[in-house]
Amino acid sequence: MSVMRRQRAGESIRSLRMAAWLGWQIESNWAAPFLFAIYSIAKPVAGALILVLMYTVIAPGGLQNRLFPQIFVGNAFYIYVAMVLMGVSQAVIEDREHYGMLKYIYVAPLNIYTYLLGRGAAQVAMATVAVFIMLLFGIIALGIPLSPASINWGILFAAWLFGLAGVAFGGIFLGGISLITARHNFYIGEATAGALYLLCGAVFPIDVLPRSLQLLSQALPLTYWLEALRRALLGGGASELLSGLSDGVLLLILAGSVVLLAVISVVFYRWAENWAREKGLIDMQSMY
Amino acid sequence: MSSPSRWEVFWRTVIGRAYPRIIGMQRERSWVFFDTLLPLLQVSAFVFIYRAIQAPPEFTGFVVLGGAMTAYWLNVLWSMATQFYWEKETGNLELYIIAPTSLMAILLGMAIGGIVGTTVRAAAVIAIGLLIFHVEVSIVSLPQLLGVFLLTLVALYGLGMLFSSLFLRYGRQASHLSNLLQEPIFLVSGFYFPVRALGFVAALGASVIPVTLGLDAMRQLLFPTMMAQFRFLDVRIELGALVVLSVVFLWSAKRALGHMEDLARRDGRLTIRGQ
Repeated sequence: MSVMRRQRAGESIRSLRMAAWLGWQIESNWAAPFLFAIYSIAKPVAGALILVLMYTVIAPGGLQNRLFPQIFVGNAFYIYVAMVLMGVSQAVIEDREHYGMLKYIYVAPLNIYTYLLGRGAAQVAMATVAVFIMLLFGIIALGIPLSPASINWGILFAAWLFGLAGVAFGGIFLGGISLITARHNFYIGEATAGALYLLCGAVFPIDVLPRSLQLLSQALPLTYWLEALRRALLGGGASELLSGLSDGVLLLILAGSVVLLAVISVVFYRWAENWAREKGLIDMQSMY
Repeated sequence: MSSPSRWEVFWRTVIGRAYPRIIGMQRERSWVFFDTLLPLLQVSAFVFIYRAIQAPPEFTGFVVLGGAMTAYWLNVLWSMATQFYWEKETGNLELYIIAPTSLMAILLGMAIGGIVGTTVRAAAVIAIGLLIFHVEVSIVSLPQLLGVFLLTLVALYGLGMLFSSLFLRYGRQASHLSNLLQEPIFLVSGFYFPVRALGFVAALGASVIPVTLGLDAMRQLLFPTMMAQFRFLDVRIELGALVVLSVVFLWSAKRALGHMEDLARRDGRLTIRGQ
């Protein structure tokens, strides 16, 4: 029994490692490293500069406005959400339709969950570099008050880890949807990332949302994730609504909601997988 | 039976290529939903940023208008610029090149079909945006507004036609290039803030993208009071510049297409897939 368990663990680790390598090659081998670096940095920095310009034009105090650092940090870390959510969910459609490899992945001795998480790992690596560069840019060019001495590293690490796990399981959930749909795959990740960008208060405090959207926002793990990251990095959160929660409670809610999301995602993916097998969708070619 | 004239073939091609774009939209209505929803989500996020910093209500209008124009820019990138690359991958490009018609007509058909489809999405974004966020506009001159809008589209899709030849040379990098030209262009063209905020010289440089001038002019014509302090150039100058950009891009697109056809015949590389 323990030999089998060890074999499975080995299989999972191997799947994760190979998928991460494959994901990295797919994402990066189309260009020379220098061009790829520019590509990876230009998009997030341009996104951040849009916020900078918006604040410069109209916010009282411009970049010295008390909200700006909160918004900048939220926007920087949101890079993970957009990249990992879309990366994991699009791995399914790319492997099925573009490369025609999904059927071989299913007959190979690998763990599909760790395979998908591995494909997301390449995105995590790229997102981490982009987030790091953004924060550095923020500190040097925009005067974001961030210094290693003032960061609460414990909260930062715990929140970062829980948040990434939540985003990865969100990706698996969307991967399940991609598995059983034909023409909406590219929209699914984008629409989800867009909706979460609005609802979890990445670029504004959730207090300005209408009441119904505030309630929805408070049901999302990412809202607590961003709030915890802001507290860890800047010493305070952006939202009045969440200010009553202590750091410990905030992390507890984040951890609990990520566990719940993980269970829902895996159960849903399993159901979608069975459905796809029954309907012969694993090797579907819709030509979209 | 007499053979059709060149003009007849040209216009038949335009209609033939525009048809699937317009009809395709009817057949997959969920795309209209997603294409409206995605810019709306982005618009809403930016509106709430302005609300959080207590910006004047006109800025909500700036964002809604910018959000609607993103639909055209994305259409130019993904359905014009990268289109010939996709056509090459699916094997249609060689058919286009050997067909007894003009590639300009095919591109024009794509552009017209794209404009019709995208206008539905952009109109939906504006209508829903105005409705949800209660934006008030005061139109200075309707003919000028329509003129600016139409000239912006002509110049923009002219740029798209030029890109479609250029992007074809980049092979697999085409989709990445399109991806790269999203946020940075949203930034330099002032989709979500008046472009003047970039500074005069930077805004002048960004004016090579027709949306920059189009958005600034349309904002001046819709929100005259607020734009009095943020305008980049006079509307008449922007109209003139858009005419120049339209002519330059269309002419360049024709030259680039000629070059691409020449390449296709000379060394046959443009029909090789998976590059």
